[in-house]
Amino acid sequence: MRELKILAIVVTFTLITYYLVEPFAHSQMHKHVEFRNFQYDGKSDIEEVEHKIKVAKANNEPTKELEKKLEEKKKFWSEVDKISKIKGDPVAGEGTYAMCQGCHFDGATNMGGVTPPSLEHAGALYDKKYLIALVKDPAMAMNVDHKYKDDSMHPMGAIMSMVSSDQDIANVVAYLKEKKAGKMDATEAFVEACGRCHADRYMKWTQVGFVPKTKENIKTGQDIEALKFKQKVAEEQNALADYLGKLPPDLSIIVRARSEHFLKTFVEDPQTQLPGTAMPRVGLTKESYEKVNEFLEDSGDAKRHERAELGPIVLVYLLIFALFAYLWKREVWRDLH
Amino acid sequence: MAHFEKATSLHDWLNQRLAIDTLRRVLATEYWIPKNINFLWAMGMVLAITFGMLLISGIFLLMYYQPNVDLAFDSVNYTIMKEVEFGWLWRHVHGVAASVVFLIIYIHMFTGIYYGSYKKGRELIWISGMLLFVTFSAEAFSGYMLPWGQMSYWAGMVITNLFSLGDLHLNGLVEWIRGDYVPGQAFLNRFFMLHVLLLPLVIIALIGLHFGTLRIPHVNNQEGEEIDFDEEAAKYKAGKKKEAKVIAFANDFLAKDMFVVSIFLIFFFYLVFYHYEFAMDPVNFDPADPLKTPEHIYPEWYFLWSYEILRPFSTNVGLIAFGFAQVIFFLLPFLDRSPNAKPAHKRGLFFYWFWALVIDMIVLTAMGKLPPEGIFSTIGLYAALTFIGLWIILPIITKMEKEVKE
Repeated sequence: MRELKILAIVVTFTLITYYLVEPFAHSQMHKHVEFRNFQYDGKSDIEEVEHKIKVAKANNEPTKELEKKLEEKKKFWSEVDKISKIKGDPVAGEGTYAMCQGCHFDGATNMGGVTPPSLEHAGALYDKKYLIALVKDPAMAMNVDHKYKDDSMHPMGAIMSMVSSDQDIANVVAYLKEKKAGKMDATEAFVEACGRCHADRYMKWTQVGFVPKTKENIKTGQDIEALKFKQKVAEEQNALADYLGKLPPDLSIIVRARSEHFLKTFVEDPQTQLPGTAMPRVGLTKESYEKVNEFLEDSGDAKRHERAELGPIVLVYLLIFALFAYLWKREVWRDLH
Repeated sequence: MAHFEKATSLHDWLNQRLAIDTLRRVLATEYWIPKNINFLWAMGMVLAITFGMLLISGIFLLMYYQPNVDLAFDSVNYTIMKEVEFGWLWRHVHGVAASVVFLIIYIHMFTGIYYGSYKKGRELIWISGMLLFVTFSAEAFSGYMLPWGQMSYWAGMVITNLFSLGDLHLNGLVEWIRGDYVPGQAFLNRFFMLHVLLLPLVIIALIGLHFGTLRIPHVNNQEGEEIDFDEEAAKYKAGKKKEAKVIAFANDFLAKDMFVVSIFLIFFFYLVFYHYEFAMDPVNFDPADPLKTPEHIYPEWYFLWSYEILRPFSTNVGLIAFGFAQVIFFLLPFLDRSPNAKPAHKRGLFFYWFWALVIDMIVLTAMGKLPPEGIFSTIGLYAALTFIGLWIILPIITKMEKEVKE
């Protein structure tokens, strides 16, 4: 059949072009970052430093500092691994947790550039090993230690002198994993994990809370409450930008702007996708990442369920249309051949 | 005053005033198309349908779109995508159709080149078609500006910069086009006007011209056979439909067209529902930011081949090569010196020229997207030189072509 041969040629050339322009080009434009299934064992941190050493060697630059850093990282993550095997006592952990509440409480305000998060669902949101690492050394756990050199310290750095024994760490993490692991919805997951730095204007979320419903003065059109809220947001954003170098992006439509793979690996270890970024590792578990992602999809791809529902209906309709079109063609052309 | 009888029916009433019977005969039942054609001949109808979908979806989007640098992005991504009932559907139909229409245009063009449908009286069909291609390109580019994302902004910056024409430094011209030193409100407003008014008007007029140019030379056929349309039409009308080499536009040709259209629509709506991302670059979902240049700037896939002809050379040479690529297709009917208006496989060297052009343009397309580094940049350079070379040798190899006897 000549027509089928022509069709095969057209389809082949179209697919080749598609392959080259889409999957192939993107594989060349973006370096591959391995997805680690939300396991926090420091592998990517160690690989990152190893890579830096390789680059430095290739450029004949000194590697002494980096070698030191590499040893530090290896030691840190092996200790984290060790602590994770200690059985923690949640009852003893509750006492330690009281210390955390000095900063972490509902309605906490900005401290040193960022507002301490609520720990209401910390046990459910964050991975166990990550929490251990976080209590042990926040900057190392978040893989932002490069930002704190010499005299500066991570805002949560004080924890290192407050909770220092391995057993204490295991206890407080056990407490979080047992008592602070209640059910949460997608919005709570987003707000607690991302919402202190990132706004989401499509969901009316700001760094200091959801935009409240306010009323304007009917005589003047002025809305003082709304203005006050705006000022609060502006102050928080300025503080964040001063601390982080820039204002973290609004996440309204991030699910369309970045691929699924990018977002997953970025959340696992931001340094792998954006070397030098101020964004800390958040340490989400697989389940809590799915919750956060659900919120982001509700924000940036709200009609996905409607799309999935309508698709098959339209295609079935068109199949029936094609059948009738074929029958009509056959009917008309019966006289012509 | 013309003489009118009292009408016997609505049909008669209209017929006296509009000659609808004559119109129907001239435009449909006695508009003759060769019988010896394949599905590639339905691409014109596929294009008309796709343009129709662009127009209709565009009208719906226009009801909510805000051509304002502060509001444009959210009017598309929030209002249309989240608030408006089925706004997402109109937007995805519009976005996917804008991309797919170029796939069909390229198939339509290469069909014309393969079968020699630009020769012997059909030159104006080709030229009006090329005018449509250029206007569609402008329409696509202006539409790409409207969501005011990062790619809109930076593609707008890069493309309008081309008009400084390298060492001529026509910065005044660039500012005149933008209405500002950089893309801004004036820029968005004028591209909005171009996209929703001026260019669609030009496209509709050109579609009319394109149809008009078909009328006298008629549509070509699969073998490049010269058909005596009057003689064949007489056979058809005498009831010898099987013998006649022609068919009527309606319903004969139309029935086949609609079947091809129905298959196309399945493919099209599959893309709309399940694979729309290829037509909507992720980078354009970041709002325009004049302070942050995206890591990779590249045009949509259908512009990549000509972008790659611009890119591997120094600025001035690149611009000349780019200009060459834009106009050379217009000259095809005059650069092809062969006496044969036949399909490429009957024309010897031209057959190889055709496939070399297709493959070269695919290579250019691929390299146009890839970062211009290392091996890709070398391949791109050679592909661009090959493109220019192919057009230079076209008159020579076609001049050498012997006349093909039936």
